[in-house]
Amino acid sequence: MTSTAGYNFAYLDENTKRMIRRALLKAVAIPGHQVPFGSREMPLPYGWGTGGIQVTASIIGPDDTLKVIDQGADDTTNAVSIRRFFARVAGVATTERTSEASIIQTRHRIPETPLREGQILVYQVPMPEPLFRLEPRVTETKRMHALADYGLMHVKLYEDIARHGHIAISYNYPVMVNGRYLMAPSPIPAFDNPKMDRMPALQLFGAGREKRIYAVPPYTPVRSLDFEDHPFVPIRADAACALCGSRESYLDEVVTDDRGGRIFVCSDTDYCRERQAARRRDAAE
Amino acid sequence: MTEAPLLEASGLSLRFGAVPALDDVSLAIWPGEVVAIVGESGSGKTTLLRVLSGLLRPDAGQVTYRDPEGAALPVHDMGEAALRRLMRTDWGFVHQNPRDGLRMGVSAGGNVGERLMAVGARHYGSIRAEALAWLERVEIDPARIDDLPRTFSGGMQQRLQIARTLVTRPRLVFMDEPTGGLDVSVQARLLDLIRALVADLGLAVLLVTHDIAAARLLAHRLLVMRHGQVVEQGLTDRVLDDPQHEYTQLLVASVLAA
Ligand SMILES: Nc1ncnc2c1ncn2[C@@H]1O[C@H](COP(=O)(O)OP(=O)(O)OP(=O)(O)O)[C@@H](O)[C@H]1O
Ligand SMILES: [Mg+2]
Repeated sequence: MTSTAGYNFAYLDENTKRMIRRALLKAVAIPGHQVPFGSREMPLPYGWGTGGIQVTASIIGPDDTLKVIDQGADDTTNAVSIRRFFARVAGVATTERTSEASIIQTRHRIPETPLREGQILVYQVPMPEPLFRLEPRVTETKRMHALADYGLMHVKLYEDIARHGHIAISYNYPVMVNGRYLMAPSPIPAFDNPKMDRMPALQLFGAGREKRIYAVPPYTPVRSLDFEDHPFVPIRADAACALCGSRESYLDEVVTDDRGGRIFVCSDTDYCRERQAARRRDAAE
Repeated sequence: MTEAPLLEASGLSLRFGAVPALDDVSLAIWPGEVVAIVGESGSGKTTLLRVLSGLLRPDAGQVTYRDPEGAALPVHDMGEAALRRLMRTDWGFVHQNPRDGLRMGVSAGGNVGERLMAVGARHYGSIRAEALAWLERVEIDPARIDDLPRTFSGGMQQRLQIARTLVTRPRLVFMDEPTGGLDVSVQARLLDLIRALVADLGLAVLLVTHDIAAARLLAHRLLVMRHGQVVEQGLTDRVLDDPQHEYTQLLVASVLAA
């Protein structure tokens, strides 16, 4: 590890980590509440998960096993570079298997394999404020959070139904955390929202550019906003995965040739691989 | 008037630098009563409304609101959360400029439904039914429920703002020149509508207006303001037919002459 000589463990200096841990503790104490933190320059551009990386860097220890996914996949450029980064600056073990990881940093998905107590899911968040499109004034959104004044969010859902006949939000679908704070779950598909509800694992959210951290402690109720007569429905493509046959997992549409051929495959590559392996074992028996 | 007043203010003063915008103003309004505040431009009418509704803190004096349970709440010391709750339940505010009272990027139905949703309505069908009923009530074609307010005429925007405000059945509505900036014929229609709604719903209204005719049509009582002071007040007909203060006499005479 000569190339990393001179770097502190996990890249950030201990003071910065302590500052971020304090923000994290506050975030855990007030589920769904956005806590400001002094975001540091990272050796990656914003939009590459600098918020998530700083959170991971502050909580990771030498005994941790890290998994990094981007859109559900472990092998995209973004996921690979973040995983390599921590392997180098923290010397930690890495894995692609959800069940083996103690920390999972993610962009745009929650793994299909249910997470368990003791695991930590770190989300990369581009825009932490769920109200920002509706109310651009930061002082006003702060006041709305302070007073739990969230009628405006429902106005947006009303407008969707009036216009499209249904709530037309497929990503970053707003949730109420612990019946108190309105929260942006980051751009995960609405399909993943139910996984957040009473999840046994700790969920941490880091927004680098916006300098905000928030959290959902284990077993916290997380409810997707909706109307009684237009209940929230987690939507997935009505198909089976072409590789593992799953009818439960979230699917990506993949173009297979230049004649318009396309198939659906699991977006969660680890889940899909595990299922394919299990099928082969079954077939061999 | 044996009941307690709905809103009561005493000794209100507020200066903007050298300008005494309010100078020792006291007033009370009872349930179901319409009180008009008239006076020339700059006399402090808007400032008074903003202070009474808790939007602006006075240098001196207090404002007390009596809630439906009879508790007397100090408007400037109840805390922001409680005040906001009042603003979307018991109270309403109709602005002179509909842009200040409407969400221009939200459909007419969404504008009317917002207060319902803010107080917890979560059934889309009922919210929409209520919005449709209110559009009808303020004489807007229900077929326009999904249109944006910016496609409405000035008079329609103002009627939409009224529907949006009244949908939660407030007890007290503050109106600042609700007919200002509209054509005379449109003004007349709007005043008739406000009069009908006020009577139907038993609203108490504090109405700021330049328009003596509007005050005569709507108000039970009248307050005349000048240089931040209430120079005269009383029953509308009494004040207008037999003005005591020379400024009121001037005001009434100027209307008669016009
Ligand atoms: N925010 C402010 N800063 C400084 N001066 C102000 C402010 N608001 C009002 N004033 C002054 O206070 C006085 C009362 O103003 P106000 O707006 O209450 O009058 P008004 O009776 O509503 O007039 P108009 O009929 O033109 O609406 C005026 O001299 C005005 O210039
Ligand atoms: Mg004014």
